[in-house]
Amino acid sequence: MTKLFMFEKPIGMRDTLPILYGAKMKVRHRMLQEIKSWGYQMIETPALEYYETVGEASAILNQQLFKLLDQQGRSLVLRPDMTAPIARVAASKLLKKRIPLRLSYSANVYRAQQREGGRPAEFEQIGIECIGNSTVSGDAESIALLVSTLKVAGLHQFKISVGHVGFIQELLVYALKSESEAEQCRKFLFEKNYVGYRNYVSSLKLPYDVEECLLSLLKMRGLEEVFQIAKTVVNNEAGKKAIGELEDLWVQLHEYDVQDYVSFDLSLISHMSYYTGILFEVYAGSVGSPIGNGGRYDNLLNQFGYQAPATGFGLVMDRLLEALGEIEEENDVICIMFSKEQRKEAISLAKEMRESGEAVVLQDIDGVSDVQAYVKSFTTVNYLVNVQEESK
Amino acid sequence: MTECLTIAMPKGRIFDDAVELLRAAHFQLPPEFDDNRKLILEVKEENIRFILAKPMDVATYVEQGVADIGIAGKDVMLEEERDVYELLDLKISPCYLATAGLPGTKLSDIAPRVASKYPNIASTFYREQGEQVEIIKLNGSIELAPMIGLAERIVDIVSTGQTLKENGLVEYEKIADITSRLIANPVSYRIKEKRISELVSRLAEVI
Repeated sequence: MTKLFMFEKPIGMRDTLPILYGAKMKVRHRMLQEIKSWGYQMIETPALEYYETVGEASAILNQQLFKLLDQQGRSLVLRPDMTAPIARVAASKLLKKRIPLRLSYSANVYRAQQREGGRPAEFEQIGIECIGNSTVSGDAESIALLVSTLKVAGLHQFKISVGHVGFIQELLVYALKSESEAEQCRKFLFEKNYVGYRNYVSSLKLPYDVEECLLSLLKMRGLEEVFQIAKTVVNNEAGKKAIGELEDLWVQLHEYDVQDYVSFDLSLISHMSYYTGILFEVYAGSVGSPIGNGGRYDNLLNQFGYQAPATGFGLVMDRLLEALGEIEEENDVICIMFSKEQRKEAISLAKEMRESGEAVVLQDIDGVSDVQAYVKSFTTVNYLVNVQEESK
Repeated sequence: MTECLTIAMPKGRIFDDAVELLRAAHFQLPPEFDDNRKLILEVKEENIRFILAKPMDVATYVEQGVADIGIAGKDVMLEEERDVYELLDLKISPCYLATAGLPGTKLSDIAPRVASKYPNIASTFYREQGEQVEIIKLNGSIELAPMIGLAERIVDIVSTGQTLKENGLVEYEKIADITSRLIANPVSYRIKEKRISELVSRLAEVI
């Protein structure tokens, strides 16, 4: 192994330099304000969790977890998502007080990346979890809040695809009557391999109508017209219930007036395996991966010993910033340049200006070797410099 | 005006086959793409832009979202496992993946070695056979490996079998049939849904 150069960072780790930090903070602030105004309370959880608890419950692949050992030899993980830790806190503490519970977070999560660059291993997620609410209103609220959070962040061109895991499950089991075949179909859908799905379905030599039913899943994309197709295909109780939920959701999204951002894709399966019902992904045109996703996970809390339905979403901050486009460099910092005779005046001037809300840099002129170059980075510079001193 | 659609294509034979297919689906493409050193070809009439890439890189461009859709061999899809939609089997450039070696040879008992341009596929295939082999990654002329004793087996694309024959190699096991696939970036697939669905259905008709 070659010796590391001093500037190197572990793979997938990024620095946030001042310009980006400023932009990030501004966007984050606006988003969290909006989330707060919907009554969601912020929560923080530790970066390290036990592998056996949160590590196992999170839907992130084992090889993507950063693992380490504590002093007792127990395996720890750097949290790979926020939903599992929040489920842990909710199940063990908070739920005893109040149901439903509305929580939000802004935190870094960690996923080891195996491929080449372009994928950070540490990234910030902003999201919400609404726990203890089994109604479709909970799902509608998640999507509506997602829309307004993105809007206040400054993003206006985006699209949310909505699916239903329960519906896919019913369709597959109903048509195939075999869990192992259904599993194989799910795998193809999850891999987004439609060619493989079609080939597999036709290799099963099913009756014509069953095959049609399975293939029609790939065509269930669009607006409310998909419900009609869906209904003709699945007519058992659980399937009908799933479609009913989507119809109900569609009505509610109109009530929130966010329907223009939403379309349905009933073949959608998320990489988060804990989803149980309605689920969604958000896309912005200029970014190659979804900027966020969410859905209903009614069984996750059960893993922490408390049965409660829940729904939520998470947005990936970096991708959102990428979607927002160019960052303007904003610099409204004022510089007061002083020489030591006027230091006292400079200090009190700075104090005054700071109290009135300005950002002020106080700089001793003796500490700057190239004054010309230094002042260029400020829009306003006040000199409190003794001229005689200067000319000496 | 519709948005521009960027299509990543491999250079060479697949490109010619794919262009023919697009023409059959009534896309107005110029009669000849003359300057074949260009890496980006614009077709204003259709508002399409082709980017010409190495076959192995097509899926990468599409996954990263710099190309909306692409045409990639199934071999690339199996090897690279990219997060893209595989929408359509274009059934062009058919061939298959197979193992080959010198006639009458076996994998070594002590340290079986397999050379391939497709380390991922080779490793998965032999694992599924219950064989633990060492994979040696080569970038071309894979047939050399058994001939000069670098490996007992190779995993490579076979289309006519001519190259194997000329180098005195025989095919052992067939791994998978390969054709070119139409792939799409997951975000483009939603955002440019109309254009992509239209392209898919027009192509599906002529396959």
